[in-house]
Amino acid sequence: MTDLPTSPFPALLVGLPFLLATLSLFFSSKGKAVVGLIGSFLTALLAIVAFVEVTQQGTVIHILGGWEPPLGILLRMDSLAAVFIGMTALVGVFISLYARGYFRAQEDSSEGFPLFWPLWLFLWAGLNGLFLSNDLFNLFVTIEVIGICAVALAVLSGKKAALFAGLRYLLAAITGSMAYLFGVALIYGSTGTLDLALLGQVLEPGPTTTFALLVITPGLMIKMAGFPFHFWLPPAHSSAPAPVSALLSALVVKGAFYILLRLWTEVFGVSLTFAAGQLIGVAGAVAVIWGSWQAFMQTSLKLIVAHSSVAQLGYLLLVFPLLVLAPGVTADSADWLSPAWTAGVYQVIAHAFAKASFFLSAGIIIMAMGHDRIESFRDLAARMPMTVMAIGLAGVSLIGLPPSGGFMAKWNLLQGIFLSGQWWWAPAVLGGSLLTASYVFMLMRLAFAPARKKEPLRPVPFRLQVFALLLALGSFLIILPAESLIQFLESSQIFGSGIESIVEGGVYGND
Amino acid sequence: METTSFLPLLIIFSSLLPGTLILMLREDQSALRTFLNLFGAVAKVGLIAWVFAGYLRGEEYGFILPLAPDLAFVLRVDQLGLFFASLSSVLWLVTTLYAIGYLEGGKHRRRFFAFFSFCVTAATGIALSGNVITFFIFYEFLTLSTYPLVVHSGTDKAVNAGRTYLWYTIGGGTILFLGVVALFVVAGPISFGQTEVIASLASVNPTQLTIIFFLMLTGLAVKAAIFPLHGWLPISMVAPAPVSALLHAVAVVKAGAFGIIRLVYDVYGIEVAEQLNLLTPLAVFAAFTIIYGSVRALFQDDFKKRLAFSTVSQLSYISLGVAITGVLSSAGAIVHLVHQGIMKITMFFAAGNVAETYGYKKISELDGIGRRMPLTMGVFTIAVFGMIGLPPVAGFISKWYLGLGAVEAGSYWVVLVLLGSSALNAAYFLPIVYRAWFCEPEHEAAPLRQIGRLETQALLLIPVIVTGILSLAAGVFAAMAGSPLSIAREIAEKLYLL
Repeated sequence: MTDLPTSPFPALLVGLPFLLATLSLFFSSKGKAVVGLIGSFLTALLAIVAFVEVTQQGTVIHILGGWEPPLGILLRMDSLAAVFIGMTALVGVFISLYARGYFRAQEDSSEGFPLFWPLWLFLWAGLNGLFLSNDLFNLFVTIEVIGICAVALAVLSGKKAALFAGLRYLLAAITGSMAYLFGVALIYGSTGTLDLALLGQVLEPGPTTTFALLVITPGLMIKMAGFPFHFWLPPAHSSAPAPVSALLSALVVKGAFYILLRLWTEVFGVSLTFAAGQLIGVAGAVAVIWGSWQAFMQTSLKLIVAHSSVAQLGYLLLVFPLLVLAPGVTADSADWLSPAWTAGVYQVIAHAFAKASFFLSAGIIIMAMGHDRIESFRDLAARMPMTVMAIGLAGVSLIGLPPSGGFMAKWNLLQGIFLSGQWWWAPAVLGGSLLTASYVFMLMRLAFAPARKKEPLRPVPFRLQVFALLLALGSFLIILPAESLIQFLESSQIFGSGIESIVEGGVYGND
Repeated sequence: METTSFLPLLIIFSSLLPGTLILMLREDQSALRTFLNLFGAVAKVGLIAWVFAGYLRGEEYGFILPLAPDLAFVLRVDQLGLFFASLSSVLWLVTTLYAIGYLEGGKHRRRFFAFFSFCVTAATGIALSGNVITFFIFYEFLTLSTYPLVVHSGTDKAVNAGRTYLWYTIGGGTILFLGVVALFVVAGPISFGQTEVIASLASVNPTQLTIIFFLMLTGLAVKAAIFPLHGWLPISMVAPAPVSALLHAVAVVKAGAFGIIRLVYDVYGIEVAEQLNLLTPLAVFAAFTIIYGSVRALFQDDFKKRLAFSTVSQLSYISLGVAITGVLSSAGAIVHLVHQGIMKITMFFAAGNVAETYGYKKISELDGIGRRMPLTMGVFTIAVFGMIGLPPVAGFISKWYLGLGAVEAGSYWVVLVLLGSSALNAAYFLPIVYRAWFCEPEHEAAPLRQIGRLETQALLLIPVIVTGILSLAAGVFAAMAGSPLSIAREIAEKLYLL
């Protein structure tokens, strides 16, 4: 690991937003927003530069302070981390721009939520740190930072509903972290190391490892709102201010998925069982169907969008069963793996763009209408065509129609499903698409329907609508670099040495 | 592989770009909007003519954009694609003129014309797609771009029709998607015309291939309005007349029919389709739809609804022709793409003219309309004769070839279906003609629009006359080189030489 090229970028990606967040605490309300916005741009720029460096040099590392592990901390930026960091940067910068305009337009009532900016930059530092972490304990620290910032952001408005939802969120997050930490302690106790790559080599199948897997996986599923641990997400995400909802849904929950994917592929390769994969798959399939159905049943816009997140995160869970072949099935090559896990990554990216756009558009509509009952959608196609267009495009990407990023994700996912012979997941994927179509087009239908009574619209800054539309367009444009991006992802060797056991179906898989 | 050329892409952009620009205009910039519309429409016709000429000289045009490993966006020019592209581009030009006149002074014209352009972008994209996945991309794009057109008026009825439309098309699209992915997994990426790929697999896993074929066929049959998946078509009649015309003659239903042609001829190949016995169910369903649509049409009093059920019936001629093997029936199926298009668009324009000029939407109101709108009803009558299959109108040619093909293949029951359908066509269309020309009107309604010296506005009248003349010309000059029939025959003959 230490013989890889070193680079200052991994450290800067964590340090810069952290520093600016701390700095902004010393400024007045207005100053916080300025520092926050500048910080967002700088961090995003840094992320893009770092991304380019990884595309050219391959995996780069940074050893903090020159202290080699196991004493010091090693940050590793491989292509998977680079893709997640790049996605966070692109989506994050748009949300920052939107947040500036959004809070300014509401300044009178809330003084512009000045604390948003330091919290968001701390959160960003935490996310970058999570993607760059190379050991189990760092992952724990970063996910705690993320969790605390996320809860604080969720209760930013100080409204009663938000506080209740925030408390639930906090309890869920802590439970998840504790479970994760317990699992980490078990692994550390049995192997004496926390380093991901090393663990992949030394971890041996046995009751301890299995038990660690069994506590870590649900712990992280709580964090990513995987069914049946999704209960905290809809209230928390829907009661936050629009830019915060966008951050939470588009970026924060993806952190836990990232850890889960890393651990399953890189660390736990030896002890994965077919049954464990199938169990997560069932949770994912139920989440897809149940979440979409719940979204369809809601009558307020932000709750629709929040429930839709539960469903879309369910698609991510469907990646895990595909990593383990059924007993008795042996693959000649690892052909099926690549579409399966890159589907997960594409789903993460496509959902980040689409859901951010969706929540930002919801914020615009609430700002214009004063409430978010979907009844207010009537005749909106004529009155706010740009926002309806943004919601329509984001919705189409969530459904997975071509040529959107969501389509790329579903295409690869279905391919992985058929190639691994686990065809029984296909109905869930397609049924979820149909249900998604039903709530997206329910909104569209209302948008084209005549208004019962014309409520006057409050003015919304034009650029807010532009940012939401650009994010929606982004969820389509990401299909253009799909070929190079998928090849880039495949170069990350996230399976490490676990690949052999995965191809053989795990220790319990094929005996 | 052929050389990369940006011409096919340019054909797509000739309507995509005007559409996008129109979306950015203000509602009141109607002169600029009209200019963009017509510029795009004329440019598209010109470009397709240019490419067609180049293709006949033996040049090949292809555009490839890799999307993911083994997954490429491919536009490729072949004769069948050009045939369909020519149809949609010419009819788009005519329909654009008509729509400008039809919607004059209406609301939300920016949205309408933008999505109108997207709709044709999708139709030409379908025509020029070089592989299954590109076809699928445009096929879904078509669904989405037609939705705002169907619900354009924004009434509760229109919005509910839009919902039905989406349920059918998104559902069909999902099934098609499943088929497309499964085909990709089983056979890898397949370009249209690469029938050898499936042929080599046909003996290895026939069951899988059969299932995939029927999945894809079901997905396509929704848009092709084959019974029992036709329900969206009569309901989406609430859309404005130019949209109905476009949906029925050019874009949506033709996308389905064209897809079936591609699936059978260019993906599976006729031999495999026969070997796996895939075509019999298609023939049975298509034949049933022909009769069923006609019977339902008999009982409609709403002018556009009767036309809609007639479309359900007429469209299945194409599927029926595909399902019967033989050069003649294939030529009949392919040529009917064009013939049905020009005849049906004439009828919808005529119905729209009557409704716009005098407000008559029911057939029982049409007494004596022929005397007040002689040109409109004159070309309508030509189209009716064509639909029934009387020579020398275009529809006769299609039916003649389908009938000959059926006899050649020994499927005599098909001839009975064709004859029965012709009788039914006469039974539901001739009363309209009779009322229009021979019945006395109860009272003379005043025109709703400023019509001047002509029987209706020039922009409404010219398109219907043009398409009416085209449907006559396609029949009269069928034997000449360059006629739809001669091109269709060429395509069909190539298919069976392989």
